[in-house]
Parts: sequence; C-alpha cells; structure tokens
Amino acid sequence: MQSSEHNGFASNSPNGRDAHNRLLESMSAVGIANKDVVEAPYLTQEHILFREQVRRFVDTEVKPRGEQWEEAGFVPRDVLRRMGELGFLGVRYPQAYGGSEMDSIATAILAEELGKSTFGGFAVTVLVHTDMASPHLANAGTREQLERWMPDIVAGKKIAAVAVTEPDAGSDVAGIRTSARREGDNYVLNGSKIYITNGVHADIYFVAAKTDLAAKGSRGISMFVVEKGTPGFSVARALKKHGWLSSDTAELVFEDCRVPVANRLGEENRGFYAVMKNFQNERLVLGAQAIGEAQAAIALTLEWVTQRRTFGTTLWEKQAIRQRLAMQAAKVEAGRQLVYNTAWLASQGRDCVKEVSMLKAYCGELVNEVMYDCQQFHGGFGYMREAAIERMVRDARIHSIGGGTTEIMLEEVAKRMIPSRDRT
Amino acid sequence: MKILVPVKRVPDPATTIRVLPDGSGIATDNVKWVINPFDEIAIEEALRIKEKQGGEVVLVAVGQQTWQEQLRTGLAMGADRAILVRSEAALDTLAIARLLAKIAEEQKPDIIILGKQAIDDDSNQVGQMLAEMLGWPQATFASKVEFQDRKCTVVREVDGGLETVAFDLPAIVTTDLRLNEPRYASLPGIMKARKKELKEIPADSLGVDLTPKLKIKKLDPPPKRQAGRKVASVEELVQVLHNEAKVI
Ligand SMILES: Cc1cc2nc3c(=O)[nH]c(=O)nc-3n(C[C@H](O)[C@H](O)[C@H](O)COP(=O)(O)OP(=O)(O)OC[C@H]3O[C@@H](n4cnc5c(N)ncnc54)[C@H](O)[C@@H]3O)c2cc1C
Ligand SMILES: Cc1cc2nc3c(=O)[nH]c(=O)nc-3n(C[C@H](O)[C@H](O)[C@H](O)COP(=O)(O)OP(=O)(O)OC[C@H]3O[C@@H](n4cnc5c(N)ncnc54)[C@H](O)[C@@H]3O)c2cc1C
Repeated sequence: MQSSEHNGFASNSPNGRDAHNRLLESMSAVGIANKDVVEAPYLTQEHILFREQVRRFVDTEVKPRGEQWEEAGFVPRDVLRRMGELGFLGVRYPQAYGGSEMDSIATAILAEELGKSTFGGFAVTVLVHTDMASPHLANAGTREQLERWMPDIVAGKKIAAVAVTEPDAGSDVAGIRTSARREGDNYVLNGSKIYITNGVHADIYFVAAKTDLAAKGSRGISMFVVEKGTPGFSVARALKKHGWLSSDTAELVFEDCRVPVANRLGEENRGFYAVMKNFQNERLVLGAQAIGEAQAAIALTLEWVTQRRTFGTTLWEKQAIRQRLAMQAAKVEAGRQLVYNTAWLASQGRDCVKEVSMLKAYCGELVNEVMYDCQQFHGGFGYMREAAIERMVRDARIHSIGGGTTEIMLEEVAKRMIPSRDRT
Repeated sequence: MKILVPVKRVPDPATTIRVLPDGSGIATDNVKWVINPFDEIAIEEALRIKEKQGGEVVLVAVGQQTWQEQLRTGLAMGADRAILVRSEAALDTLAIARLLAKIAEEQKPDIIILGKQAIDDDSNQVGQMLAEMLGWPQATFASKVEFQDRKCTVVREVDGGLETVAFDLPAIVTTDLRLNEPRYASLPGIMKARKKELKEIPADSLGVDLTPKLKIKKLDPPPKRQAGRKVASVEELVQVLHNEAKVI
C-alpha cells in the first residue's frame, strides 16, 4: 500500500472522523438494500419464500464447495439430486411429475439466486437442465414421453443437455447439418454437436437434426431424445474453457446412431420452431443469471473498497470509485426490473420476444461492464486466481455469446422496432 | 402425538438493527423478518416427532396480520395448520403466555415445543410461564428429546454440562441451538402451504387479561466497537486491563 502520511485531513480531523462514521453507517444500509432488494409488486409470498430457500442452499451448499467443482470440471450428482429433492428442478412442471407448477417469475428467481453464487459454471449446469434442455420435453412431449423421462429429470436423477450448435452452425440454427434419416421404426443420426453444456455427464440429450435435407433449413429440423449409452452416440471430448470451469462442456458425435421413432419430440420437421420457442425461456433465464452475477460482484466489491485504503482513506471514500459503483448498481437494477417485468409478461402468456431479446442483449453486455469495473477496483488482487472476482470476470464473458449473441439479439429487437411493412 | 409450536416473528439475525433516534423502538423499514431461529428449531423437532410417531403439528403466533408470513413458512416446512391470534398492540411476555395457555386448553396438545428465547428481546420467559399456568412439567434448553409411550426424556444444556430429565406428558419443552438443524421448505412444500388452514382469532376474544405489566422505556444501541490497540508487553496489558478497562 502507498503511504498515507501526506493526506491526513480526511480521516484524522474530527469532522473527517464523523464523515467516516456516517459513511460506514450508510454502508450497512447498502448491505441491507443489497440483501433485500425491493421485490416487484407481482411477487407472491410463495415467490419470496422460494427465493429464501434457494439463497440458503446457495450459501450453505454451493459457496463452500464451488472451488472444488471448478477444479473437478463439473458439479457432482449429489448436489443436483439434493436440489431435486427440494423441488428446485421442477419449478414450472406439472405436479404429476413432481413439479410445482409455478411461473416464469419463479424461474427468474431461481436463475438470479444461482447467479449470485459467484460460480457461473454451477449456475448454468442447473439452468441448462431446468430451463434450456428439459423444456423441450415439457413443451412437446407426449404423455408417454413425459411419464417416461420427466419424473427423473425433476428429481435430478437424470441430467439433461440440449444439443443444437454444431461446428458450422451456431447463431444460424437453420444451418445445422446433423441428419436423421428415417428407417422403419427408427431414425439414424449422423453428425456432430459442439459446445454442449452438461455434454460430458448428462444422461439425456435433446438433439436437433435435419429430417428433411431438401427443405429450407427452418422447415426440415426435428428434435430427438437421445439417451447416454445409445450405440453410435459418443462424447468425443470434454472442452477446456475460458470460464464456467465447474460446468462440463462437450463435443458430441453421432455415427449411425439409431433412435426409435418414439424418441422424436413433437412433429417431424417442426423442430426449428421448438428451438426458437425455447430460446425465449432460455434467454430470460440467462439474463436473470447475469443480473444475479452482477449483483454479487458489486456486493463483493463493496466489501473490498470499504476496507481497502490508499492515500489515507478507503477506496469507497473516493468519489471516482463510489460514483462508478453507484451507476453500475443503477444499471443492474434497471436490468433486473427488465428481467422481472419480462418474466411477468411471460407468466401472463403475453408475447415478449422483443423484451426477451432486449434483456438478453442488455444484461449480457452489462454483466461484463460491471465485472470490468469490479475487477478494476480490486486492483492487483483482482487479477489473482484466489480472488472470487477473477473467476466471475471469466464466467461473465459468455453472457454476450451463449444462448444467442448480443448481435443476434439486437437483430431480433431491431426487427420489432418498426412495422414489417416499413422494413426494407 | 399432537404438538403445538408457538412461533414469533423477529428481524433476520443477519440484518443490521438501527435503534430509532428517540429510543422508542427499532427502525423497521428495510428489515427482513423471519421465524425466530429457536422457534424454527422447535418446528423442526415437532416435524421429526410427527414423522416418527404420526400426529399433528399446529403452529400458533400472537401478532399482526403480517405474521402470517412466518406461519406460512412453518406450514411450508411441513406443519399441518396454523392459528394467528391477532393483536395489533405489542404484548408483554405474560400476556403472550396467557393467550398461549388459552390456546393450549382449547387445542389440548400432548406437548408444546417452543424456542428457549426470541432473539429480539431475549426474554426467555414464555415457556416457563406457560408451564406454570398449565401446571405442566417443563424442560428448558433442550438439546435432545426422546419419547417412550407417554414419557418424555430431555437432555438439557446447563452451565458446565448436560442434565437429563424425564417426565410425563403433557409437557413444555424449550429448544436450544444444538437440538437439530431446521430443514428447508421444499418448493412443493411451499405450494402446499398455500392451501393449509391458517385461522385467525382476535386476541381480545379469548377473555384474557392483556394489560401490560412491563413497559419498555428506552432502547439503546450497543456501544460502538472501539478500534483495537497494540500493547508492548504483558505488564502493560495487565496495567491497561486494570486501570482503563477495569476488568481485573
Ligand atoms: C460455454 C458454452 C456453452 C454452450 N452451451 C450450448 C449448449 O448447451 N447447447 C447448444 O446447442 N449450444 C451451446 N453453446 C453454443 C452457443 O449457443 C453458440 O456458441 C452461440 O449461439 C454462437 O454461435 P457460434 O459459436 O456458432 O458463433 P457464430 O454464429 O459463428 O457467431 C460469431 C460472431 O458473429 C456474429 N454474427 C453471427 N451472425 C451474425 C449476423 N447475422 N449479424 C451480425 N453478427 C452476426 C455473432 O454475434 C458472433 O459475434 C454454448 C457455447 C458456449 C461457449
Ligand atoms: C500480474 C501482476 C504483476 C505485478 N508485478 C509487480 C512487480 O513486479 N513489482 C511491483 O512492485 N508491483 C507489481 N504489481 C503490483 C501492481 O503495480 C499493483 O497491483 C498496482 O499498482 C495497483 O495497486 P494495488 O493492487 O495496491 O491496487 P489499489 O492501489 O488498492 O487500487 C485498487 C483500485 O482503486 C483505485 N484507486 C486507488 N487509489 C485511488 C484514488 N486515489 N482515486 C481513485 N481511484 C483510486 C485503483 O485505480 C484501482 O482501481 C503487479 C501486479 C500484478 C497484478
């Protein structure tokens, strides 16, 4: 630390001391505000109680163990099972399968609180299972299919992954090339998938493949359920990543992989629309997760800057620092309100593609901006592996890429900003 | 076994408490309210007993409309039903005990389990008063509770060790910290709690004398912690402890 002798007036004079105490007091108020952010008016007692339970789980079961999972490269199964027992994996699913039939707001709460764990890899492991993969089954599954797989998914006994992206097609979903050729009562899958979250350790995969090679991309895609161990299906490799280290990510290969017709989800050639529909929930959840991460980063940074002293005062006493954090807190709160308002729209069954795309773009960029400042204010320590903020910076980077890049999201917004007849 | 569990609403222990400038109470804006942690342990114990031997867990709170939030939480943990004795005025421990005694006479539980104290005013009185009013045996500061037929054995945490007592039901048990670790409210539990019975009874309909015998005159926040200071030697430390801190 630098010498503080030359700058004595702020904290040594009696007035300075008072100011310091007032600051500390206002800090504890910030602490409270941070713990108990004002809840949206449409939140019910059940929502709030659910949030408390998830928060307790994160504090007691996740935060103390997260580092180990980062080392191991995945989240152990017992953690996911425990979440299943507590009903956290079946928020919106029918009671008949162990679910709780809550709404999108509860889903946003789950994602936000998991994001606050400071382990993005853990959060996404859960959220891919609950909100990006299994919705394919929930939305399109027949009664038979639901009965077959849903109870184990809700209980955390079978973990799910969704495989759309391929080496040659990510943003451009219609451009996928994995094929599914009909042969009697089976489809034969050939192709590969990449960057698949939960890809190494999942039990059940929801796979997009082309069933009509001649049709225009968006009209020839179908969704299939492929279980681990199906002959012809293999995990080619576990991928090493920049962040999300506690999340396992894989490249998958299908070589003459035979899947019964009974494993097709929904109508043949309607898979593209299912993927597009599920993206809405997925993006809402990723936005909520990002906002949770941003809040946790600001809280961590507040702890740091109120302790750390340079030039005779804490960093918090420097306006340059606290004003920037205040502005970031304001933006995060704005993003949070957008997330919850959109979740509310979704819970009312209202069309909110524009809002979902906005929040995905906004929160995905904002979380990176917030992380930059938070790491910056940690000084040299923020660059060290032992600092939580260092991990959080790496984890946040994906938010502007995964589940729909910022650019693609902005195209979705732009399309809806002017009436279609005025578009060129 | 029918188990009655009284529940109090208190500020979250993690919340920073601010005393109002005039000392009349604490600032309640921004305060998060929870079940008194010792009462949460009482609910957990009641649920475990019920899981082993069957029966019913009934929660009871004496307070305002907002207290139903804490009762719902207890129902979400697994309690069967709840009673809210509505009182807008803050009551003292004696009045609370009287109301609970009345509820107990009506509900006829086999056992009443409650926290040894509430973490807000730390009175540590209601359980004991209740035992006296009902004429039931009591075991305070329980760290272990076991049953054999109508006989209950409780291990109590006392200064310097443990004490084991046994008595017949009905009885009063107050919980200590190490008795158990309260469970989560599962999400299905939370949804089920919505449909469970939560009955409200006005406190003044129970024919109990509620006149306060105790008045809180003033609250003072604890003194601010002073910064530590280094001393050069053991001699100086002894000097300082004797002359300045006056503790030895
Ligand atoms: C850690 C991680 C986990 C993932 N998990 C999964 C998963 O579980 N399942 C799954 O299916 N996928 C998964 N993905 C894939 C992810 O959804 C894609 O990486 C993402 O959609 C981007 O696709 P891409 O990588 O092919 O990039 P590209 O589509 O090649 O995009 C490259 C760049 O070009 C820009 N761009 C592309 N098209 C346009 C356009 N029309 N206008 C302007 N700019 C454009 C993009 O915004 C981006 O900046 C994961 C990815 C990562 C990194
Ligand atoms: C990888 C690495 C290699 C390094 N190598 C060396 C080395 O070889 N030798 C060596 O001596 N040091 C080295 N350092 C230390 C480096 O020079 C310091 O980390 C850097 O000067 C910042 O100091 P700090 O970490 O104490 O942060 P702090 O001084 O605590 O600063 C924290 C934050 O507060 C801000 N801040 C501080 N004071 C003010 C103010 N008055 N007004 C507004 N904002 C303020 C800073 O800009 C920063 O954002 C290294 C650091 C790293 C990370």
